[in-house]
Amino acid sequence: MPEFQEKAPLLQKEAIAPGIFRLTMHAPEIAGAAHPGQFVMVQVDTSMDPLLRRPFSVHQVTSGGNIQILFKVVGQGTARLARLTPGDQLDCIGPLGRGFFLDRRDRLCLIGGGMGIAPLYFLAKRLLQTGESPGDDYVFLGGRSREEISLFAAEFFDLGYTVKVSTDDGSMGHHGFVTDLLGPVLPDMERVYTCGPFPMMRIAAQKCGQAAVFCQVSLETHMACGLGACLGCTLTGADGRYIHVCRQGPVFDAEEVAWTT
Amino acid sequence: MDNINGMDIDLRVRLGELRLRNPVMTASGTFGYAREFSQLVNLHRLGAIVVKGISLKPRPGNPPPRVVETACGMLNAIGLENVGVQGFLERKMEFLRGVNSRVIVNILGDSAAEYGALAGKLTGIEGIDALEVNISCPNVKKGGVAFGTDPAMATEVTRTVKGQTDLPVIVKLSPNVTDITVMARAVEDAGADAVSLINTLIGMAIDVGSRRPKLANVIGGLSGPAIKPVALRMVWQVARAVSIPVIGIGGIATAEDALEFLLAGATAIEVGTANFYQPRAAESIIDGLRAYLAAQGEDSVRAIIGALQIDEA
Ligand SMILES: Cc1cc2nc3c(=O)[nH]c(=O)nc-3n(C[C@H](O)[C@H](O)[C@H](O)COP(=O)(O)OP(=O)(O)OC[C@H]3O[C@@H](n4cnc5c(N)ncnc54)[C@H](O)[C@@H]3O)c2cc1C
Ligand SMILES: Cc1cc2nc3c(=O)[nH]c(=O)nc-3n(C[C@H](O)[C@H](O)[C@H](O)COP(=O)(O)O)c2cc1C
Ligand code: FES
Repeated sequence: MPEFQEKAPLLQKEAIAPGIFRLTMHAPEIAGAAHPGQFVMVQVDTSMDPLLRRPFSVHQVTSGGNIQILFKVVGQGTARLARLTPGDQLDCIGPLGRGFFLDRRDRLCLIGGGMGIAPLYFLAKRLLQTGESPGDDYVFLGGRSREEISLFAAEFFDLGYTVKVSTDDGSMGHHGFVTDLLGPVLPDMERVYTCGPFPMMRIAAQKCGQAAVFCQVSLETHMACGLGACLGCTLTGADGRYIHVCRQGPVFDAEEVAWTT
Repeated sequence: MDNINGMDIDLRVRLGELRLRNPVMTASGTFGYAREFSQLVNLHRLGAIVVKGISLKPRPGNPPPRVVETACGMLNAIGLENVGVQGFLERKMEFLRGVNSRVIVNILGDSAAEYGALAGKLTGIEGIDALEVNISCPNVKKGGVAFGTDPAMATEVTRTVKGQTDLPVIVKLSPNVTDITVMARAVEDAGADAVSLINTLIGMAIDVGSRRPKLANVIGGLSGPAIKPVALRMVWQVARAVSIPVIGIGGIATAEDALEFLLAGATAIEVGTANFYQPRAAESIIDGLRAYLAAQGEDSVRAIIGALQIDEA
């Protein structure tokens, strides 16, 4: 699969909610090759601190060779990204890793928790290109509060999906876990895609396993390179052997992962 | 030879019998088996590629988390995960043979005999140009003391490897010693054709919120720009202590970094952690060396090796 290193000019910065930002940058080579679920390694600063690139899912590819990332400020690197202004350049490497499987069209459910929403929007858009109406397909989004989630709920709704929301504080939709929403619809589903906190994906994977529904998950680990070179991004696979998230993933079939860890 | 502004610049260097088209190599464990970088880097321009350390049997490595970033550097406790010598020869060499650059295989073991057996298996294989012996590994027979911290053990490993191969042997030194020149002299006496230094410095980081170490292995190896001054000092000391070529490693990311090591006495350098955040670092170092030499009116990189000038007090 092709990979590129591009100095991408930042075109737009949107403040979505406190601490949550969406960046649009011009990266035509990466945009042209990206597949939903793949990620980019972004150099957040050219000084030596922070030193390593940060991984972000491709949130969307838009016309004219642009890509978007959606992120939450959690530390130094994301804080720097949040301070950028349009016109600044971001050195990006991508698209990297193995993305979601989307050859066939079945009845689907996309479950995103927190910033796990990021890759699912790209996935939801690409799935539309198969030409079928997504009205019977579900998107379940979980977040802290209405503030964090309402814009995304509207965006997935505009694509034509049936959208349901859960919030930790009950300010929008179901008050509780996003995976609670899965139970009633699961028997009708043929495929579930999920990205979010590990415990959330574990519950989704277990439910799908019991119902014999094909489930794909997008995992996160600490990554020094994103290229398969440092061997730092390991998690434990279902067979007890280590899996390398950056090259074998970040998207895995749920049954490939050891959910006990 | 390359031509810049009408001037021929010669970047060739020799490490004993090993001839390199330029002194810029990639460090073991930071460049995979080269294929990982093939889409981002012009591999054919590199002086040499040192592959991820290989052991006799595949090793699974340490539990995660294995890497953590620190100020201007990173800690790693990969645990020497690798495909094993057979996996390497069967699955990785074919690609490397197609790369028009020198290939150096980094080896590791838990006994001198294992190092020797590895050297034997890697000798006479088309496409392998030299061995780099990582002696920063624990000697299982000596309760896990690293070979590279004891002159007698380092001597034994070097002799055993030399006895099993006619390839040039580079011994990679550990910085986690009181006097690295003692180790350098020991392996020189044991027949090493060159030394490379430094491997990572042992370090640690703690998450104060959870009161737990940030690495599952508790301790790990520090690398990156943070270690460069220490590495440079050690290279300078070793270059004055031995007469075999010295390869400088540690935090090198730019041509200026590389030049510091060459001036301190290194004949070649290896780029490590920088490959992770700037995959083209080695290529831009090659370009930068040439530009520097042209600006300084030198026609060969060999003119600046060890050319450090220290004013008398
Ligand atoms: C394949 C992949 C895709 C990702 N996509 C997105 C995305 O689309 N949007 C988004 O907001 N984030 C995403 N992340 C997570 C993002 O990379 C981290 O939040 C970011 O690197 C943190 O950098 P920092 O310098 O701000 O924080 P740091 O100062 O490095 O760390 C802050 C805190 O976050 C933890 N942390 C750092 N990196 C990770 C990580 N990779 N996984 C889990 N915990 C981590 C640290 O342990 C620390 O507690 C993704 C991660 C991966 C591996
Ligand atoms: C993730 C990682 C893996 C490494 N693996 C090896 C290895 O297998 N064998 C070895 O001799 N050195 C290994 N090293 C050490 C490097 O080759 C190099 O000596 C060290 O990182 C210092 O150089 P740097 O600061 O440029 O990275 C590794 C370093 C890192 C960061
Ligand atoms: S992040 Fe370096 S190998 Fe996966």
